[in-house]
Amino acid sequence: MTIAEKILAAHSGKDAVSPGEFISAKVDVVLSNDITAPIAIREFKRIGVKNVFDPKKVIMLSDHFVPNKDIHSAEQAKILREFAREQGIVYFEVGQMGIEHVLLPEQGLVVPGDVIIGADSHTCTYGAVGAFATGMGSTDIASAMATGEIWMKVPPTIKFVFHGKAQKWVSGKDFILHTIGDIGVDGALYSAMEFTGPSIDKLSMDGRFTMANMAVEAGAKAGLFRVDKKTEAYLQNRAKRPYTVYEADKDAEYAQVIEYDAASIEPQVAFPHLPSNTKPISQVGNVKIDQSIIGSCTNGRIEDLKIAADILQWQRVNENVRCIIIPGTQEVYLEAMRRGYIEIFIRAGAAVSTPTCGPCLGGHMGVLAEGERSISTTNRNFVGRMGSTKSEVYLSNPAIAAASAILGRIASPDEIKN
Amino acid sequence: MKLKGKVFKYGANVDTDVIIPARYLNVSEPEELANHCMEDIDAEFISKVQPGDIIMGTTNFGCGSSREHAPLAIKTAGVSCVIAKSFARIFMRNSINIGLPLLECEEAVEKTVAGDILEVELASGEIVNSTKNLVFHAKPYPVFMLELVSAGGLVEYTKRKIANEGK
Repeated sequence: MTIAEKILAAHSGKDAVSPGEFISAKVDVVLSNDITAPIAIREFKRIGVKNVFDPKKVIMLSDHFVPNKDIHSAEQAKILREFAREQGIVYFEVGQMGIEHVLLPEQGLVVPGDVIIGADSHTCTYGAVGAFATGMGSTDIASAMATGEIWMKVPPTIKFVFHGKAQKWVSGKDFILHTIGDIGVDGALYSAMEFTGPSIDKLSMDGRFTMANMAVEAGAKAGLFRVDKKTEAYLQNRAKRPYTVYEADKDAEYAQVIEYDAASIEPQVAFPHLPSNTKPISQVGNVKIDQSIIGSCTNGRIEDLKIAADILQWQRVNENVRCIIIPGTQEVYLEAMRRGYIEIFIRAGAAVSTPTCGPCLGGHMGVLAEGERSISTTNRNFVGRMGSTKSEVYLSNPAIAAASAILGRIASPDEIKN
Repeated sequence: MKLKGKVFKYGANVDTDVIIPARYLNVSEPEELANHCMEDIDAEFISKVQPGDIIMGTTNFGCGSSREHAPLAIKTAGVSCVIAKSFARIFMRNSINIGLPLLECEEAVEKTVAGDILEVELASGEIVNSTKNLVFHAKPYPVFMLELVSAGGLVEYTKRKIANEGK
């Protein structure tokens, strides 16, 4: 069996499962946010049970439209807060909260071998620690909050093997954008993606979170990594629960095995309006930008801010660009402060914000007007994603986003003169 | 159950951001969401759609976010079902969970144009294009999903499950 199959078998009381099989899986974490929880709570009440199945396994936080951007979003956040108090579930208030998919791993709330469901499509991020984590809708979350179980169809697994040494400026973001560019936005539809190979072994945890995060952008149900020494080191002093590590069997059956030469992958830029519309940085041409966003559940971790700070130090953000930098959690924010990154950003002329999903989905903190363009380290560039339907979003890694903020056009850090 | 309506046809990868833009996700009332259904891909949709009408896409319909607001907006706008060559998985779960029927049928998508009238028999998966006098057959639902659909969605299914377990 693959890693995904082993985790699902263990959570459905079976010795083995195979792709296509319908199972009822026990869940370890049930997550929802300020957009999806209000509907989940409404449906939970319709089911008619009084209490959630296990308050320690239910997590809610507002991160999309908070600190409340308007009255409506304040009302939504209030629904979560009141439900959280009433049920005694795990809850993070503004001031402690971060972007959910940066926060939960950081707090050790998601561990290897877990089945995690979240009413947010980027729940697949937790595959980076070897968990089976997948996005669902609000009604699924309601049902799981009531019963502690959820129906699932066991997905086939596609294995992606990365060989070779990554080029300068190339990160997990470029591996995953390259992959999506290759297989398309439905290239892994209904499947689990398993990322492996020598280049993945060398990749940092932050880089792995970025890759797992965007598995859904290829249509996948989950994006998994095997647990290695880096994972164990990350979890040490962090994991809130004991955990089980599942390894893929030597004879595990994969729907497909796709191999990439990592050494030939350049930094990638996804052009509007699909994450699969990728070009290597050398072929981008002259694309002027109005905004650069560095942050999100994809690239709001300390390694991402380090790269941005290294490039922005002693530089100025271009006069035609708004550069907005959003640390993913309070802990990331604090660490960036300790290391002096925040001062670098502010001296360079960037705006730094408290954690929020904000601009990624055109919520607040960087909404685009008609005709405007943003380079962004986020995960989606659909029509209207960041604001006006006549605006454009280009996806990249933090190095490209920082260099572009300085030069006023999409560019590689290699173009910056010191 | 027989559904009948006029087809609104779109292309590949119709994402949840165009089905219901995030700027409207600060509310969760179905009627308010329905007022902005398909706004960013077809601004006239909501003024033209009639109860029973059918949305058609090609591949990967409903890709993107997990927002249940998307199928909820479509259902509340009066759409009777969505037909596509393939659906994104979270959108598919959400639709089945809330009782918006989805049908996968490549041939129907290839041979139907916007404005055609379709009649759909959910139980058999038969799709009749009465404008062109053609008959298609959608991929049947797996048995488990049929159970969910016939229970009336996931909330009802969960209620029954809890009752059966005697909790």
